[in-house]
Amino acid sequence: MYPAPFDYSAPTTLEEATALLAELGDEGRVLAGGQSLLPMMKLRLASPTHLVDINRIPGLDRIEQVNGHIQIGALVRHADVVASQEISDASPLIASTAPWVADPLVRNRGTLCGSVAHCDPEGDWNSVMLALGAEVVATSRSGERVIPIEEFVVDYFTNSLQSGEMVTAVRVPRADAGTGGAYLKLERKVGDYATVGVATHLRMEGGTIVEAGIGLTSVGPRNIKAREAEAMLVGQAPSPELFAEAARAAAAASDPASDVRGPAEYKRAVVEAYVRRGLETCLGQISEEG
Amino acid sequence: MQVDVTINGESRSADVEPRTLLVDFIRTHLGLTGTHIGCDTTSCGACTVILDGKPVKSCTILAVQAHGSEMRTVEGLRQNGNLHPIQVAFKEHHGLQCGFCTPGMMLVGRHCWRGTRHPRRRRSAGRSAEISAAAPGI
Repeated sequence: MYPAPFDYSAPTTLEEATALLAELGDEGRVLAGGQSLLPMMKLRLASPTHLVDINRIPGLDRIEQVNGHIQIGALVRHADVVASQEISDASPLIASTAPWVADPLVRNRGTLCGSVAHCDPEGDWNSVMLALGAEVVATSRSGERVIPIEEFVVDYFTNSLQSGEMVTAVRVPRADAGTGGAYLKLERKVGDYATVGVATHLRMEGGTIVEAGIGLTSVGPRNIKAREAEAMLVGQAPSPELFAEAARAAAAASDPASDVRGPAEYKRAVVEAYVRRGLETCLGQISEEG
Repeated sequence: MQVDVTINGESRSADVEPRTLLVDFIRTHLGLTGTHIGCDTTSCGACTVILDGKPVKSCTILAVQAHGSEMRTVEGLRQNGNLHPIQVAFKEHHGLQCGFCTPGMMLVGRHCWRGTRHPRRRRSAGRSAEISAAAPGI
């Protein structure tokens, strides 16, 4: 299979890339890892007329600490996230998710930022970002704009980038002491999209939950933030009953469709089980930390 | 567009359309047909090549993206005319069924073998998971 013909540019500076994107408008698409974009182009589901390959721009492949946040650049591959000690230290949820993304070969090319920008409801990262309250750094010729993830993820394969903008980084608050995070994913085989994926994040202070994040993958037209379930947890002391109640609320917030991966009812039951299990895992991590 | 690469230690170049996939560049333009096209949808890994030290699926990379890179394909596994140990192991243990995906299996096998003392099943999954030959291969 071949993509439709297109023009190709490989700028070597961000200024050059954003100038090109401004000039191209909706005709231009950014190519980073290409592990979602190129398959879509081969299937002719996407036919951009000009690809702007950002792989030759230095500096976008960094994982950095910025003002209490950990910032992941646009060319950081999933495999880099898997291997990063900095990520392990800064975000148990991100560290838990990375080995579940696609397969090792795809992880060698695909990027976290690309996956976030793609807004595929079956993508793992946006559930994590919704659970963590991430921010997306969008850069255009006129400068930088920081977009909260809840505003960034608009709909099925739709983000809130404006014409001429590209994602240059995603950042999440650095985990303080007392934080746990876990990503649970049901897949039919290694490398498959999630049948159901659940991201859970907890932070505790003195026996009370002070932060809770729950994101759901593959159970709706976009990744879902289970706000009601999160709100039930905050301010409470953890207990099996509380986690069960939050899990039921998260399952109620999911909107799965019946497909080759299973009936909707089954997926909703998996959401409930995984949210409960994820929260217990978070709590276990926090208790271990002591 | 002109694409220059070092492949299996040899400098090669060709003029290609931007939409040319790396696997077609290797097979058609460079004439190295050991790299196979399997699913063509980023799943099976029959098209695996080592690009700048990392195994990747060459059906999901543009040839122009590989400009200036160093690559190894199954043809580059032999060392001084001798089969690579991973090739010997595949041969001795009949690590294949029809053999179509075997080039990708061996390249990933070599990479796992170099990267860790104890390759695990999950690490090598991701190519040819659907092909029954995967079981003896892994």
